[in-house]
Amino acid sequence: MEILAILIPVSLGLGAAGLIAFVWALRNRQFEDPKGDGERILSDRWDDHPPP
Amino acid sequence: MSDASYAPRLGVCPACDAAPLAQRLADRAEALAPNRLILSLPDAHCALCITQIEGALMAHPGVRAARVNLTLRRVTVNAPGLTAADLVPVLARAGHQAHELDPDALAQSAGDRAGRDLLMRIGVSGFAMMNIMILSVAVWSGAEAATRDLFHWISGAIALPTVVFAGQPFFASAWRSLKAGRLGMDVPISLALILASAISVFETAQSGHHAYFDAAVMLCFFLLVGRYLDHRTRAIARSAAAELTALEVPRATLISGVVERTVPVADLRPGDLIRVRPGGRIPADGTVLEGQSEIDRALLTGETLPVAAAPGMTLSAGEVNLTGPLVLRVTAAGQDSSLARLTALVEAAENARGRYTSLAERAARGYSPAVHVLAFGSFLGWLWATGDVRLAVNIAAAVLIITCPCALGLAVPAVATSASGRLFRRGLLIKDGTALERLAEVDTVVFDKTGTLTMGQPRLLDPDSIPADLRPLAHALAQGSAHPLSRALAQALEGTPPAVLEALTEHPGRGVSARWQGRDLRLGRAEWLGVADDQDAATLSSWLSVDGQPPLRLDFTDSLRPGAADCVARLLADGRRVILLSGDRAAPVAALAASLGITEWHAGIDPVGKADAVAAQADAGAKVLMVGDGLNDTAALARAHVSLSPASALDAARVASDMVLTGHDLAPVAEALVIARLATRRIRENFAISFGYNVVAVPFAILGMATPLLAALAMSVSSITVTLNALRLSGKAR
Repeated sequence: MEILAILIPVSLGLGAAGLIAFVWALRNRQFEDPKGDGERILSDRWDDHPPP
Repeated sequence: MSDASYAPRLGVCPACDAAPLAQRLADRAEALAPNRLILSLPDAHCALCITQIEGALMAHPGVRAARVNLTLRRVTVNAPGLTAADLVPVLARAGHQAHELDPDALAQSAGDRAGRDLLMRIGVSGFAMMNIMILSVAVWSGAEAATRDLFHWISGAIALPTVVFAGQPFFASAWRSLKAGRLGMDVPISLALILASAISVFETAQSGHHAYFDAAVMLCFFLLVGRYLDHRTRAIARSAAAELTALEVPRATLISGVVERTVPVADLRPGDLIRVRPGGRIPADGTVLEGQSEIDRALLTGETLPVAAAPGMTLSAGEVNLTGPLVLRVTAAGQDSSLARLTALVEAAENARGRYTSLAERAARGYSPAVHVLAFGSFLGWLWATGDVRLAVNIAAAVLIITCPCALGLAVPAVATSASGRLFRRGLLIKDGTALERLAEVDTVVFDKTGTLTMGQPRLLDPDSIPADLRPLAHALAQGSAHPLSRALAQALEGTPPAVLEALTEHPGRGVSARWQGRDLRLGRAEWLGVADDQDAATLSSWLSVDGQPPLRLDFTDSLRPGAADCVARLLADGRRVILLSGDRAAPVAALAASLGITEWHAGIDPVGKADAVAAQADAGAKVLMVGDGLNDTAALARAHVSLSPASALDAARVASDMVLTGHDLAPVAEALVIARLATRRIRENFAISFGYNVVAVPFAILGMATPLLAALAMSVSSITVTLNALRLSGKAR
């Protein structure tokens, strides 16, 4: 059962990584316009720095 | 983006720039957000729309940046010095409808702190739930002694901070309702969260078999999802619909001595002299002192036929001056004007409508006491039977967890989200949370005529009735006037090149005259041309005379709103009563009713009469949906069981109504009724599902046979079933 000492921190670490990614996405306004972002890849206009 | 577009827009003379600038600064909204304009785009839906809209706006001089948000169907434009009135036509030329939204009101929702806060709590509780579940599965599969205790301790270390953080919305709301002396849904939720955490810590310390850390965190997660859906539906509706602002700002041109000044309408006093330009809205009640013109009263009375205005006549605020400039002496302004009296009527009607109790409130009212009684009853029962406090508290906590309204908390928001999402795609915005449920009960639909079933714009009935040799003359004459009938005539004759006329003069209140190859031409009212007209005709008419020929009658009709015929036909086919109430003359109303197949119609009704007619229907037991756009409909809109207005409606009408139609088409109205019924059925089904799970699981809990595994299963399966059932609604349109 010593393996638990490794496995449990690993599972918590992976979960925390997911949580941090979610918080980052939230702060970076990734959920502002999901539908528009999906459609924009079809547009051929160069849009390197999209305005907020 | 090229650098050239950053150049400030410069007018020809400084004064030309300064005058509108001063006017803009006077406007509070513009002064606060001088650069940002937000337009609503009801029919944008694809990548091509984004490219076209952004391209058209960027090509317009003065626009620095334009960004479409397709999810919210709006475009944010950074254009210093431009107003929505400049940009709406630009988009119209690109083939897209647009309406102005108030950036101030949207600023609150753009930052939407409450929504992000909820999302953050969902994320944290979701993370905690996943990790605790991994540990719980091990315990359920038979971890023993020290391993189980270790897993429980780790679970607790994750769960306790999570419950403290993610449970805050529930604790706060429960505390508020307790202080107000009520038992809301959040009281049993908070109780379950606190009790489950406390019991679990105690059991873990005693090295017990059952800990409910997973249940407590799962409870938080599912309930927060429901809370978030509810919040989002409301936020979208509030930000978009409530703040669709009217394009015209209430201002008046005051004549003091020889100088004319632009002042806010609120500053007008009785006795002031004001000038109203052709095409302008009359800002206050008054008597005409100088000038001849025609007045469009459609928004106040529903009449499509303009009324002639001459010195001595009394005009009301809200009417539109059509052809000639007028000077008015103000008789009543602000609080005393007829516009303000109508607003007061709306307030009275809103009070009369009373408060609607939603399905969720009714469910909570019965549910919340029942849960407390059950939990407390099983605590007392087990205490009396065994005398074991620890066991009794354990069982009471299990009952609270099992009965906790996870599915109930999701039942309504999930349905509301998918239903309003589907209606939004069809071009209907829901402003009020309970509007969907009220819409489902509707059995009678009352329509206004002008501006609702019709577009409020006249159209030449039969262009072929004009002889070919007169067409260039008629076109040229019609171009000389801003009168709606002239504009309709010019539009109908667009294909004919206009003749070159001499001495083209507009006679306000009468018509237009000109000379052509030595002959007198006249286009205008029958009396002016000296012919007798049929006053009871269903159509509007204008006459065209050419010297030496008998005058020619031109018939105009109000063009039908697209989808109106379809909408009425579907409502009638579904067995709903359809009533037409109009302030217009009997003949056109009868003609329209006949063409749409409406048998119940009333003409010549004033605003009070409309509200009374709606109230009479309500008293007779009918649930009325009122569809209207004008000031004369406002009181009736507020009085009806549920109300709807097109986006082209006046500000006051949109504020008074529960739903706003964002497109031109009226067809979504009939569909909305169907979707609303479906939604209410789904809500009831969801209540039945979550109630069913409780009926099965609660006996286990009361009998002391509930395990954390059973609690977790009941909770997650019922929540997922309820959500899936709600999602069936948003699926493919039939």
